[in-house]
Amino acid sequence: MFKIAKRNLPELLRAIAAEQELYLPVNISGQTNFAVWTEGTEADLDTLKTVKSPKDMFFPQSETLYTVKKENKKLSIQPEALREQRFVAFGMKACDIQGIKVLDKVFLAEPIDTFYAARREHGTIVALACHEPEETCFCKVFGVDCAEPDADVVMWAVGEMLYWKPVTEKGKALTESVSGVLEAADEADEKAVSDEQDNIRAIVEKLPYTNLSLEGWDGNATDAKFNSPVWEKLFKPCLACGTCTFVCPTCQCYDIKDYDTGHGVQRYRCWDSCMYSDFTMMAHGNNRTSQMQRFRQRFMHKLVYFPANNDGMYSCVGCGRCVDKCPSSLNIVKVIKAFEKEAVDQ
Amino acid sequence: MQEIINRAKELLADGTVARVLGWRIGDLPYNPEPSYFETAEDLEKNFVYDGFCGANLSKYMIEGSKLEGKTLVFLKPCDTYSFNQLIKENRVDREKAYIIGVGCKGKLDVEKIKAQGIKGILSISGAEIEGDAETLTVNTLYGDKTVAYKDAMLERCHVCKGKEHMIFDEEIGESKDTKDADRFAEVEKIEAMKPEEKFAYFQKELSKCIRCNACRNVCPACSCRKCVFDSTKFDSAQKANADSFEEKMFHIIRAFHVAGRCTDCGECSRVCPQGIPLHLFNRKFIKDIDEFYGDYQAGADAESKGPLTSFTFGDVEPGVTGGRR
Repeated sequence: MFKIAKRNLPELLRAIAAEQELYLPVNISGQTNFAVWTEGTEADLDTLKTVKSPKDMFFPQSETLYTVKKENKKLSIQPEALREQRFVAFGMKACDIQGIKVLDKVFLAEPIDTFYAARREHGTIVALACHEPEETCFCKVFGVDCAEPDADVVMWAVGEMLYWKPVTEKGKALTESVSGVLEAADEADEKAVSDEQDNIRAIVEKLPYTNLSLEGWDGNATDAKFNSPVWEKLFKPCLACGTCTFVCPTCQCYDIKDYDTGHGVQRYRCWDSCMYSDFTMMAHGNNRTSQMQRFRQRFMHKLVYFPANNDGMYSCVGCGRCVDKCPSSLNIVKVIKAFEKEAVDQ
Repeated sequence: MQEIINRAKELLADGTVARVLGWRIGDLPYNPEPSYFETAEDLEKNFVYDGFCGANLSKYMIEGSKLEGKTLVFLKPCDTYSFNQLIKENRVDREKAYIIGVGCKGKLDVEKIKAQGIKGILSISGAEIEGDAETLTVNTLYGDKTVAYKDAMLERCHVCKGKEHMIFDEEIGESKDTKDADRFAEVEKIEAMKPEEKFAYFQKELSKCIRCNACRNVCPACSCRKCVFDSTKFDSAQKANADSFEEKMFHIIRAFHVAGRCTDCGECSRVCPQGIPLHLFNRKFIKDIDEFYGDYQAGADAESKGPLTSFTFGDVEPGVTGGRR
């Protein structure tokens, strides 16, 4: 393990950025999100959760797939290049990394999504353990340990120090490249990190959502859940906006559209939201015609369909962003609790 | 709050209303949700009205108007402007609503509490509608904290339109004067900027937009059955932006479309996940309309003609006069 004083963080960032592109949480106009580091960029490692999840780095909200150009009477098609440069995702949290594992199931399964695969291949994830988990967090429910993220490098912020532990080959290579700014950690440091982990885990036990039960939610629950009358009541406050889906680290649905550039076509894909009226719209129309159906889809996907197709893996990671951001204060926790209550009432 | 619950139960029991539209208690101290109640038991157990009930229920009455029988809806003073405006636009049915105007002493924004470094919130006292707490006491995983009520209020409450309900069947509870800022001060600050500064300001704010449409979907003035931005028949149907020009287009077109109809209820800024001060666009239009056509407050009544939907020979021609009467 290594360490660096927090006040020397800019040196570490500069050392990483000298080698490859660096993304990190940055506060812009009052909101913290992942952004590219340039000289002078200040890292915000104190904000626990970025507004948007860091999935953009691997699966951007909008990306061009290819461009069609018309010159005279000839058409040319220019596919978008795959990512070839290495980059570092600095300061990702354990839940968000679990989110990437969910995306891996989707995009790295056959047929492999080459755009995503190229970014995964070239990205090195430097995680930061969650110093002070918040009341909207419930990662433990999904088996995530925010005191020990599963990443290429793991960091812990304790007092004035930042501890740095390389885990994978990619992580060791990155550590090697920035070794000039890192100091070796000693036994006392190991103790500081293990104390920090104990503290984090003790707090996690006290979080209001930590003991949320997923009983009854699994890949076999389709019939029991799909036809429940609970949805009709639950969806009512939903405004049909896409906030929950766009801040979510695992929502992976996308749409493909053509943009008329005036002298050609830019075919791009962008995140879609099951909350939107044209979601999965096809030539014959739309298979979900009411907001209740669209609302139901989101939670059925996360807690039933996804585990059914991925060996029981849920596609919620308990980051709590939907809890923080839903304009109507609806969220997946309220959905799970409503079904729990229904089971008790019956 | 008990008075509100009791009255709602009475109106349900005597058949005046078929249901109640209010706020359901959340599972955290600050997240009640808009909700329907159909039984006395549900009201008694789960109804809440406190400082965190900022959601404006007027727009829900578009759907509420289509239901069988009357709906009892609770409106705060500022919400009643939206309701009036929806009546004017024939989007809600006055006869289908039984309106109880509820008192308001300023609504709270948990983001403002969190912005003060408070996290791990377990309980909050001082947000109750009863009493006159000037301080919120926040119990957190990391110790007890206090915040001045005023410092936790939504922006819109600092420029409150007043304590009066513009439309109601009856009123319950007292309201408090929370206004302590000039409504147009921020707009004037931006007006005074150089064009390039203005552009940079809006560029910075609007580039945070994630196109979640929360501002549009919560907006009582955005009540089109199908928004042009959702229509699959136009190139305007965009869930994300093919270029940065579009993200500005969305907000600017929306601001134009609600001009003269926006009551300044502030819901757009309340719900924006990225904290974009969207109300500033609307306030610029309101300020201009005031200057061009005389002071006008959308939603102050349900009958009068709006400045942009009527014509008089005395109307200003902004293009001709250079923008002033």
